[in-house]
Amino acid sequence: MDWELLRDSFWPIVRGGLTGTIPLSLASFVLGLALALVLALLRISGRRVLSGIARGYISVIRGTPLLVQLFVIFYGLPSIGLVIPPWPSAIIAFSLNVAGYAAEILRAAILSVPKGQWEAGHTIGMSRTLTLRRVILPQAARVSVPPLSNTFISLVKDTSLASLILVTELFREAQQIAAFSQQFMTLYLEAALVYWVFCLVLSSGQSVLEKRLDRYVAH
Amino acid sequence: MSPTESAPAALLTVTGLEKSFGSNRVLQSIDLSVRSGQVVALVGPSGSGKTTVLRCLNGLEAPDGGTVAFRGGPVVDFGAHVSKRDALSLRDRSAMVFQNYNLFPHRTVLENVIEGPVQVQKRPRKEAIADAERLLGRVGLAEKKDQHPFELSGGQQQRVGIVRALALQPDLLLFDEPTSALDPELVGEVLTVIKELAEEDWTMVIVTHELAFAREVADEVVFMDGGVVVEHGHPDQVLRNPVHERTRRFVQRLLNPF
Repeated sequence: MDWELLRDSFWPIVRGGLTGTIPLSLASFVLGLALALVLALLRISGRRVLSGIARGYISVIRGTPLLVQLFVIFYGLPSIGLVIPPWPSAIIAFSLNVAGYAAEILRAAILSVPKGQWEAGHTIGMSRTLTLRRVILPQAARVSVPPLSNTFISLVKDTSLASLILVTELFREAQQIAAFSQQFMTLYLEAALVYWVFCLVLSSGQSVLEKRLDRYVAH
Repeated sequence: MSPTESAPAALLTVTGLEKSFGSNRVLQSIDLSVRSGQVVALVGPSGSGKTTVLRCLNGLEAPDGGTVAFRGGPVVDFGAHVSKRDALSLRDRSAMVFQNYNLFPHRTVLENVIEGPVQVQKRPRKEAIADAERLLGRVGLAEKKDQHPFELSGGQQQRVGIVRALALQPDLLLFDEPTSALDPELVGEVLTVIKELAEEDWTMVIVTHELAFAREVADEVVFMDGGVVVEHGHPDQVLRNPVHERTRRFVQRLLNPF
């Protein structure tokens, strides 16, 4: 093991994580979640066409590899005259992908809230939208934290694919140093370790969030 | 009050209310009239449609036919197209107390009570809180205001449910079997609150199996069976000297279950 290389490459790799992996994950997750909520609401809207559109979208996203989606956006779209730079391409691809998975999680979470809660909102004069916002979603949020955390952790690791469309993030930093130093084992294990630490931090964040959302429920 | 209405007009007038679920005709032409300050008990075997009547009045179900009118509001005809505005104007005249309370588990007792007044009625938060605290005090729950529903007993939760409905200041309170989900020893505390409301001249329609309570509190008992009103009248008459055989059998069964 080349300790000096390990030490010298550590900061560039972590920096790649802090300036690439994390912002990319956060932006994609937030956008993806917003789209997922729309998809989930379409799915439960009771309107055949709307729910069919959402179902079709989810089917396509879950039925095709993320790498292919990424390549279609970055390398494919230019052939029809749509050139999107690496960063936006990555954010678009990852958020569209996350939305497909998170939509089903949110749909199940919304449906898990008892019907009586909708009725209680109705009887105190709330519209369906207000009931959704003030009554249903806060309760659905609690249910969806564990599966959404899974999705987020997967996303963090999946962003390494962005290295293939020239986004400078954690893994691309490691690759470049590895190519230069020819120390592949050291650099890739180091990258793996940094991903792992990031994910450990996320997991503990999940527990904190779960506890916060759980405080009003009997155990 | 418009001059065409006869005085004193009923607060609520229901005529020919119909509702089916699929091929099941749950309500077949229900007529009901409730005066201000009156307490009406809806009784009858399970499946007789009592709860559906309440749910139609509060807009939780859309009737298939018939009219519902509150004093000062439109006569809403469910046989014709009902505008969203009319449906909502009906809904806002009454408030429901549910069998299973349906409190918001993620909000404190106080937050449950002020949710409607603040979020829907846009009343000043301070004023809504003061009102809520006064109402909670009246049902003996002043100290519980910052707790969450899961920390309360069933009877306490139902009293919060009642206060949540009261805080909306509706013209009509609807109770859907308010004590059916409670342990027997907790029934009394909820019935006491309802009785106090009756004495304060709140207008109420109560679906209940507590015949003794109905006899004591109600001004009128409506006996339903199979989606129709079989008979109605003063509690002593309907529950002690029923005219109809079906009513007699029902009362007998409840008084002597074994």
